[in-house]
This record gives sequence, C-alpha cells and structure tokens, in this order.
Amino acid sequence: MPKVIEAENLSFSYGNESIFTKIGFSVYKGDFVAVIGSNGTGKSTLMRIILGELTPTGGSIRILNQDVEKFGDWPKIGYLPQSGLQSADSFPATAEEIVMANLFSQIGLLRFPKKKHRDKVHQALELVGMDAYSKRMISELSGGQRQRVMLARVLVSDPEIMILDEPTTGVDAGTVKSLYELLSSLNRETGITIVMVTHDIGRASGYVSRILSLEEGSLEERND
Amino acid sequence: MTSILEYDFMRRAFVVGILLAFIIPCVGIIVVLKRLSMIGDALSHTSLAGVAAGLVMSINPILGSIIACIIAALGIEIIRKKIPKYAEMSIAIIMSAGVGLAGVLSGFVKNSANFNSFLFGSIVAISNFEMLLVILISCTVMLIFFFLYKELFYIALDERAARLAGIPVKTVNFVFTILTAVTVSVAARTVGALIVSSLMVIPVACAMQFGKSYKQTVIYSVCFAVFFMVAGLYISYYQRLKPGGTIVLIGVICLILILIIKSITASIMLTKDKP
Repeated sequence: MPKVIEAENLSFSYGNESIFTKIGFSVYKGDFVAVIGSNGTGKSTLMRIILGELTPTGGSIRILNQDVEKFGDWPKIGYLPQSGLQSADSFPATAEEIVMANLFSQIGLLRFPKKKHRDKVHQALELVGMDAYSKRMISELSGGQRQRVMLARVLVSDPEIMILDEPTTGVDAGTVKSLYELLSSLNRETGITIVMVTHDIGRASGYVSRILSLEEGSLEERND
Repeated sequence: MTSILEYDFMRRAFVVGILLAFIIPCVGIIVVLKRLSMIGDALSHTSLAGVAAGLVMSINPILGSIIACIIAALGIEIIRKKIPKYAEMSIAIIMSAGVGLAGVLSGFVKNSANFNSFLFGSIVAISNFEMLLVILISCTVMLIFFFLYKELFYIALDERAARLAGIPVKTVNFVFTILTAVTVSVAARTVGALIVSSLMVIPVACAMQFGKSYKQTVIYSVCFAVFFMVAGLYISYYQRLKPGGTIVLIGVICLILILIIKSITASIMLTKDKP
C-alpha cells in the first residue's frame, strides 16, 4: 500500500518546552489509525503539523508524496476539528447548508451551488444516515446527529484522507459506538484513510486497524 | 401618511436609511457569528477620530472617518491574529486608541456642533454628496456581500476548515474588514457613531429567533432592520425625537418583546406536552 502520510525525525517544541522529539511514523492508504496519548502529549499539535498550521522544529512530514510546506491540495484532506461540534452549536444554519460549505471551493468564487452540488450534499448526508434531517437547523439536532453532519461535511468533498480530532467529544456513550461503526464502515467500503485522535481507546480499539501511542515525547505503534 | 414624504430631507432620510438597513445587517450577521459583536462599537468610536481629524485638517469628515475605520479594522485583524486566544482584546485596544485620539483631536475642532452631529448622527440633515456616497457604498457592499455570500458563511462557521477546503480565507477576511469599516463609517454619519453597532447586532438577534436556515436569517435580519429604520423615522418625525436613538430603541423593544413572547410560548408548549 502506498504511504499517504510520512513523518521522519519530527520534533516540536513550544518555546523551550519540548512536546515530542524525533518521532517517525507512516500512514498507508486505507489505514484507520488511532493516535492516542494522555492530555498534553501533543496529539492535537501533531494534527496541526500534518495540516500545515504549525511548523515542526525539526524533521519533515510528507502528505500524498509532497512536503507539507509545499502541499496545496488541501481539499483532498478532510478535517474535523476537536471544536467542530461546539462551533456549530448555535450557528443558524441547516445541516444541508453546513455540508454544502465544503463544496464552496469546488463551486468557485462568484458562483452559486447547482443541482449536482445539492445532490452531492444529500449523498453525503445519506452516507451518515442524516439525509432526513437535511432541512433541520444544526442547533435542533442531538450531539451525535451534529457530529454525523460534521462527518458528512468532511466526506462531501471526497477527501483521500480524513483527520478527526477527538470526534466523540461531547457525544453520549450510546452514540459513540454507532459513530465508530460508521467510521469503520466508511473506511472499509470507500477505502478512505482515517487518522483519528482519541482518548477513548477502550471503545475505539475494536474498529481501528492501527494504534499509535504518543507518550512522553515519543511515538510508538501498539500491537494490542 | 403622505405629508412626511413631501419634505425633501425626509425623502432623503428614507432612501439613505433603507439602504443602510440593507447593508448593516449583512455585515452584522457575519460579525455576530464570528463572535465579534463589539467590533462595530470599536470602529464607530474610531470613526470619530477620523471625523475630528477631517474637521481639523479641513478635509471631508466622512472621508476621514472611512480612512480611520479602515486602519482600525485592519489593526483589529492584525492583533486578533497575533493573540488568537484573546481575540476580543484587539477590539478593546483599538477602541481605547480611537476614543483617546478622538478626545484629543476634538479639542482642536472649531465647530463642535458639527463634530457632535456624528455622535448621534443626523439622518435628516444628509447632503446630496452624502446621499450619493451612501448609495454608492451601499450598492458596492450589497454586491460584494452577494458574491462572497458562501465564502463569508463558511469562514464564520469554521475558519480553519474553510482554509483547508480551499477558501481564500485571508483575501475574503481582508475584503470583509474593508467592507465593515466602510459600512460603519458611512452609517456613523447618518445614524450616529454611538448607535451604529446596535444596528449591526439587534436585527440579527431578532432574526435568529425565527430563522430556519442561514439564508432565512440573513433575509429576516434585513427585514427587521428596514422595519426599525422606517418605524424609527416615522415616530421620530411625528414625536419630534432624535431619529438615531429612536431607531435603536424600537429595535431593542422589539427584541425584548420577541424574547418574552418566545419564552411564554415555550412554557405553554411545555405545559401542553406534560401528561
């Protein structure tokens, strides 16, 4: 399988405080990887480096065979931030409008959505089981339903890699299981690569294909 | 009913007022959703520094206010990016600087009545040049808002995701900053620097109580703003009140009534649902 993300000797520090030193890992096409670790070990920092938002203090990272600094094909990377659920909490928009947002760069500046874009939005919502709620305001949906809409927003632009930062934060225990099942089936059926930061390895371990553990500044692959 | 429109200054006030009622909530909804509701206050207070500078240097005060607002808006954006965790601090810093500068410069203004007219506005004393300026700026703001409608929506929803999705976030934010600055400065002249931020927020707050989508919320915001403006102009004319203040007070009363009615309706529905 080809590598889609490759990190070598990656180091990062905030000022004098080292977060991790010379870590390396590869993510292969079709992987479903969980990145775990205690609070403050740098999981979200690592995701921000992958997304080109932070510059590593050492080493290199490549996405889809390009150095992250030169990478420009960001629509191929779907990202669900840790605060994804909260940011939409009181936003006055329907599920359909929120999912459509991720197609705006495809639609282009000074242009407006057409039928094919609306169909794509409905397909994405259907994929996560939320098509029936497309006209509902996001604030009227439950935590689990909102997170499904957020996933549909990521999926609608047909990304090659999905990066999810704590996707189960703020979601009740019963819904967490169905979200993991959904992610696992998307990974199996569409072949999409998923990198997911989580605290909840107890429940996630049954669904992911690999686990990377980030602790005390170093990263190891767990085989349990 | 027709007597009010017989006067040229009132016809002008209605044209300018309605145009402003279209553009202020368009800018206001993005400002509110970006959690930067106080930006209107900071810019309008800074516009006073531009007005004072204009009057001191004998250049058009509206032009001075537009320049001051653009500098202030860009300043807010720069500080916001430098200290993202305390973004709201940028508004306080710029507002303090603007008020301070306006205070100092106003001491050099010879015609204080002219300067004071910017505090509470003078929508019924609009000159032909000012009306043309409002028409030009309103049309430009509406066109830009229409064409950047979807990009502004996504940036307000999730700036980081918008950047990753390929939206030119920096460019759109820059254009929006200029748009906000120009809208605030031109509105400050007509409805008053101390009042303009309320017009950015109150119609949006009312619309958010009814809107069933983002599109609907935008449309309702404009409808509420037009209603406040027209009602405010009528009432202020017949009751001999200050138009700027009347317009805002109608908005505040309307919002309070909506919130009371909504909460009563919600409690009635809750009682009905109980077995």
